[in-house]
Amino acid sequence: MSRLHVNTRVNGDSVDFLCEPEETLLDVLRNQMDLTGAKEGCGTGDCGACSVTLNGRLVCSCLVLAAEAEGQEIGTIEGMADGETLHPLQQRFLDHAALQCGICTPGILIAAKALLEKNPNPSETEVRYWLAGNLCRCTGYDKIIRAVMDTAAEMAEA
Amino acid sequence: MALDDSNKRDFKIVGTRPLRPDGVDKVTGRALYGADLSAPGMLVGKILRSPHAHARIRSIDTSAARALDGVKAVVTAEDFDPVGDDFTQDILDNCLARGKALYDGHGVAAIAATSEKVARLALKLIVVDYEILPHVTDVDAAMRPDAPVVLSGRAQENVPAGLSENVTSYFEFGHGDLEAGFAKADKIIERSFKTAATHQGYIEPHACLATMAADGRAELWCCTQGPYMVRDVCAAIMGLDSSQMRVTSSEIGGGFGGKTTVFIEPVALALSHKSGRPVKIVMSREEVFRATGPTVSSSTDVKIGMTADGRITAGQAHLRYQGGAFPCGTVEFGAQSAFAPYDLDAVRTLGWNVLTNRPKEAAYRAPGAPMAIYAVESVVDELCQILSLDPLDVRMKNAAKKGTLSSYGPTFNEIGLMATLEAAKAHPHYSAPLGPNQGRGLSCGFWFNFGGNTCVSLNVNTDGTVGVTEGNPDIGGSRASIGMMAAEELGIAYDKIRTIVADTSSLGHNDVTDGSRVTFSVGLATIDAARGAIREMCGRAARIWGIDADAVVWKDGAAMPSGANAGEFPPMTLAEIAASSHSTGGPIAGHHEGTADGAGVSFGVHLVDVETDMETGAVKVLRYSIFQDAGKAVHPSYVEGQMQGGAVQGIGWALNEEYIYGEDGRLQNAGFLDYRVPVASDLPMIEPVILEIPNPGHPYGVRGVGETPIVPPLAAISNAVSRSAGVRLAELPMSPPKVLKAIKAAKA
Repeated sequence: MSRLHVNTRVNGDSVDFLCEPEETLLDVLRNQMDLTGAKEGCGTGDCGACSVTLNGRLVCSCLVLAAEAEGQEIGTIEGMADGETLHPLQQRFLDHAALQCGICTPGILIAAKALLEKNPNPSETEVRYWLAGNLCRCTGYDKIIRAVMDTAAEMAEA
Repeated sequence: MALDDSNKRDFKIVGTRPLRPDGVDKVTGRALYGADLSAPGMLVGKILRSPHAHARIRSIDTSAARALDGVKAVVTAEDFDPVGDDFTQDILDNCLARGKALYDGHGVAAIAATSEKVARLALKLIVVDYEILPHVTDVDAAMRPDAPVVLSGRAQENVPAGLSENVTSYFEFGHGDLEAGFAKADKIIERSFKTAATHQGYIEPHACLATMAADGRAELWCCTQGPYMVRDVCAAIMGLDSSQMRVTSSEIGGGFGGKTTVFIEPVALALSHKSGRPVKIVMSREEVFRATGPTVSSSTDVKIGMTADGRITAGQAHLRYQGGAFPCGTVEFGAQSAFAPYDLDAVRTLGWNVLTNRPKEAAYRAPGAPMAIYAVESVVDELCQILSLDPLDVRMKNAAKKGTLSSYGPTFNEIGLMATLEAAKAHPHYSAPLGPNQGRGLSCGFWFNFGGNTCVSLNVNTDGTVGVTEGNPDIGGSRASIGMMAAEELGIAYDKIRTIVADTSSLGHNDVTDGSRVTFSVGLATIDAARGAIREMCGRAARIWGIDADAVVWKDGAAMPSGANAGEFPPMTLAEIAASSHSTGGPIAGHHEGTADGAGVSFGVHLVDVETDMETGAVKVLRYSIFQDAGKAVHPSYVEGQMQGGAVQGIGWALNEEYIYGEDGRLQNAGFLDYRVPVASDLPMIEPVILEIPNPGHPYGVRGVGETPIVPPLAAISNAVSRSAGVRLAELPMSPPKVLKAIKAAKA
């Protein structure tokens, strides 16, 4: 089968690419666009390390076919900071030492950003359930949850 | 140089919480991990794995795969020469099976192709003719004389007779008269326990990018806890000099001990050598579960005697660990650590290591200790229940302290066990009220800690900044703590320091990032390298001032005369000395090369409240507190992180995680959906309480903290379940069906 030509937008820029029908969005982001911030931890949608947004909706990019990106708006970790200015979540993750190895961090930041856009004032339980699809093996989640709650409080004040 | 100034020191930077220097890269997606690097002309490498638990390989026909358009190289075990030593040969044979496939998932052949698609297709074209053999995956079954033999001729001489050849090593530790000890007891309990194998569960699968050219020079990029280990093992396997093999460690996406050996790197090198092109291999999650190191599974018998007032009179443990298809020594650590928290007159531990048709065991955070201490701490808790004694009081009554002859031989120096027990007792958690079906459990934890071989260079730049070059991958904030210790010793600001992890050609040997050794050992080396640079800078100041070098001291980041007799000179800062260095003798640097002793053992106590759902058997962790001696917490946030993360791995081990094998010897849950690690919604906040009992073996008093936290959760949770559900389980994990079965059995 011939390759498919896909037109899409990534982090606000228009992009086009050719892909095999069975290639995932994660494959294309990593292997064609050199956007390696999204990680493949499982390839089965269980770990959330490949989290991106598709038209603002949180998805595992390993479960999205690249061809499905046609005409969509994709958001990745590489587009989260505004130039030199980190997103408040990124800054709070640093302040709280909410990462150890850092491999799950891009996915968790994307997921947390999607949460705060939907629910700017989440309870601890809401944060824990929203992030239940993002595995972290280093931190025990404590500092991650605190960083997200703290960001929400800070953004509410702003 | 005196190393015992920790008590007197007034720290300026150590103990604060600055931002980690690699943080921005890691929150913006810029940090490069194992799978993130590509090379021009790169091929995709893939490994074909055995679907059988135990099978003789009659033949491997790769002709159809080789003929496929886009396939550039195929390798099997036949492409490698014998290595010469068992340790390295086992590593190689674990990468690609030689003669027999020893477990479900064992690699048998590998290909390199121009694309992922072609590589996958090519694997399907390889024809392996297997003769299926009987298999064994259970540790007790594997020890019986009639068990299928995994590997012959690997048993050490001291293994007692009458057991299967699968029993490869035997250990014995202890002291005192057990019989006399048990005779003094008012109550003796003897119980048997089993723990399942668990996986380290790092989120980053193993990945590497290898280039080996026709001239025999090799470059390797990989995620590893030990680039020098990778270099030396791969050089031995490929028949290269270490100088021709340069290993660069990527950022590492978790390891926990599981990245202290190699699984794919020699295969990628061989494929690259054959094809003449760079080869990248990235494992799938299924491959990680089936073919990389889980921890051992265990079967243990423990017997403990106690007086009515809570004094332990004797303790005995028999430990049987299976470490998969190759010999391992993990039970030695279990036998050494089982009774480490106790000061005992009579103690004896025996351990047997056993081969099974499972993946080769790799280290996992305090390897061997959690399952041993789980068994001992469960029996101690049951004795407390039966004798109506407070479990913390009993621990304090029997706690190991300075001067205690440990159960494994050495006499303890300054240790923090009693301080952690006292802190737990004083904490509000210990006296907080509990609701229905809720229970509180506790357990002590222990790990030896390790120092090892370390090499560090510290360079003073002419603009007054400093570069620290070290050789241990930053697995959880070590660049920050190393930079902090350099800044502390030099007396300059933390942000004037940049710490980098060197490749293997740029710095002398460094042992693997293991044994909780990095903050201790690399920290010690960094401090010593800083002191070397300070001596040099004092010498430069002396030369400028025209006085003796002995008459110059270093204080607050500057050289100054040691007293009035030395002369009247204003302090000369590091930046000033650095700026003039090219006219006072050249570049300024400090180095440390050495083997660090004195790592200082580590103790902790965990306190947990759980609630058991009596209808489903599900156990919910409600509250969790950790009390641990860190010696000196260099960056408290990352010390807390080690404590919290280790505890949660232990919670997973206690409640959910296990390798499940079918009758066919195949792993049934090789994915995160069915091998369930704890997720955020399973957990409460984890409260860390850091105690600081300085380690006399480190200039700042530092002890390793990384491993001890995984040890106590197993027994602490089991003890809490027993008090919340009224049933004591003797098997991990305590998954809902097992807990429910025990509840129903108790009611019947």
